[in-house]
Amino acid sequence: MDDPFVIAGEAMGSRLIMGTGGAPSLAVLERALVASGTELTTVAMRRVDPAAPGSVLDLLAARGIRVLPNTAGCFTAADAVRTARLAREALETDWVKLEVIADERTLLPDPVELLDAAELLVADGFTVLPYTSDDPVLARRLEQAGCAAVMPLGAPIGSGLGIRNPHNIELIVEAAGVPVVLDAGIGTASDAAIAMELGCDAVLLATSVTRARVPELMAEAMRAAVTAGRLALLAGRVPRRRYATASSPRPAG
Amino acid sequence: MKVIINGTEHDLAAGTSVGASVRLITTSASGVAAAVNGEVVRRACWETTTVSDGDRVEVITAVQGG
Repeated sequence: MDDPFVIAGEAMGSRLIMGTGGAPSLAVLERALVASGTELTTVAMRRVDPAAPGSVLDLLAARGIRVLPNTAGCFTAADAVRTARLAREALETDWVKLEVIADERTLLPDPVELLDAAELLVADGFTVLPYTSDDPVLARRLEQAGCAAVMPLGAPIGSGLGIRNPHNIELIVEAAGVPVVLDAGIGTASDAAIAMELGCDAVLLATSVTRARVPELMAEAMRAAVTAGRLALLAGRVPRRRYATASSPRPAG
Repeated sequence: MKVIINGTEHDLAAGTSVGASVRLITTSASGVAAAVNGEVVRRACWETTTVSDGDRVEVITAVQGG
């Protein structure tokens, strides 16, 4: 079925955006990315380490996966804007996954700094994909600021707690005029399917794959779950009923 | 003059360019960006921009993360 995922006019066949953090090696990461079928994958920006073994950029280029730099580790709008500009210069893309976190313990977004950074980056010509809390009001403000998508968390980064507030995710989806990407909190395949059934346009995950016992296998599971959830959404689930509804004809007589 | 590149002090000749400073860290031609004192220096300006005593140069690339 032709059902492309479109961000800022760019169509992708896969609705699974992958992260690259947490993989034990580049070889494991590569097998997982290929198994996931992803076409868009995040990287972080850090000081060059001349001793680093191999390059995640070379891996993504070889596999034809579009790179999405993030601003992970930034605590202020100024930090995030600087990191995004470095990423644009280094990677020749104006797409950025905007992360502005409040503290190390929760890694929750700082809403004030996030909105401030989003406005500055949009004004500077970036295609901004903000990692946000599951607050429908903040999601609306980010969209109004000109973000190309909104990416609410299901649960804190790396927690694997799934989608803690499905009602809020539904509210965000209902109101959004830009794609909604469920970002963070996915623990296992059913969480990804639920995100898609709630109406999210895509899922972004890393830890649940890269730290799984068999990353490649979990990547394949996530790919299937995102597809299954999307198909179920398009198909339309039956209404929930309080009592049984026979699915076979009544016996004659 | 003393210039801090990625957190390490280097003793450089006056008039050293941003490009030369970057090449002390990496010979990679792509996937790298540089900032001097927090301001991004466009690649096109690397050879014509010089660093000064006390400058902090950051040489950045993409790594696994997120």
